[in-house]
Amino acid sequence: MTKAQRPLSPHLQVYRWQITMILSTFHRGTGVMLSLGLLILVYWLLAIAGGFDRYEQARAFLGSDWFKLPLVGWTFCFFFHLCNGIRHLAWDAGRGLEIQQYHASGWAVIVVTLIATMGYGMLVIF
Amino acid sequence: MSLGTVLNRTLGLISGKGGVEHWWAQRLTAIALIPLGLWLVFSFAGLSNFDYLTVTGWARSPINSVLLIFAVITISYHSQLGLKVIIEDYIHAVFLKKTSLVFSNFLHIGLAAVGIYSIARVAFSVPL
Repeated sequence: MTKAQRPLSPHLQVYRWQITMILSTFHRGTGVMLSLGLLILVYWLLAIAGGFDRYEQARAFLGSDWFKLPLVGWTFCFFFHLCNGIRHLAWDAGRGLEIQQYHASGWAVIVVTLIATMGYGMLVIF
Repeated sequence: MSLGTVLNRTLGLISGKGGVEHWWAQRLTAIALIPLGLWLVFSFAGLSNFDYLTVTGWARSPINSVLLIFAVITISYHSQLGLKVIIEDYIHAVFLKKTSLVFSNFLHIGLAAVGIYSIARVAFSVPL
C-alpha cells in the first residue's frame, strides 16, 4: 500500500512554550502517576485485608516520613488531573473553547491545584 | 457502509478501528470519578488516624465498602483507558505495542480483582 504524502506537523521545538501545551502534557503525566497511585491504593487495601501484622508492615512504609513527599506529589497529581479533567469535560460539552477562556481556565486549574495541594498537604499529610 | 467509506478506510484516510466506545467510556468514568475521587481523598482526611482498628472500622462499614469497590473498578477502568492511548501514541513497534497493551489490560483487571477481594474480605470478616 502506498502511503499518501501528507504534510507533517511542525516539530515541538518550534513552538514557544504556552500554558495550553504545558497543561496538556501535565494531564498525561499526572494521569500516569495516578495509575502508579492505583498500585499503592490496592497494596494498601490488600494490607488491610491481610490482618493486623501485614497492615502494620505496610503502615511502616506508607506512613513513614520519607513517604510524605511522594504522597504530596500524588495529591498534586490528583487535584491537577481532577481540575484539568473537568476542563476537558467542559470542552467536550462545547464550552470554554474561546482562546481567552482556554487561558483563564488554565490559570484557574493551576491556582486551584496549588491551593488544594498545599491545604491537603498541611492538614492531612503533615 | 458506502463504497467511499471502504475506500477511505483501505487507504488509511479514516480510522479502520473503533474509538467511539473508548471515548465515551473515558468520559463516563471521568464523570464518575469526580465525586468518587473526592469522596476517597476526603475520607482519608476524615480518619482521625491510620490505626488498624480505625481503618478497618471505616472500610467495613457497608456504604464505604460499596463505594470503595465502585472506586477501585472505576479507577482501574479509567487508568486502563488512559494508558491504552499513551501506549498507542508512544510505542510504535507493533509487537511491543501489542504486548504492552495486553500486559496493561491484564494488570488493570488484576488490580481491580485484588482490590475488590481485599475490600470484600474486610467487609465480610467477623467483627472484632
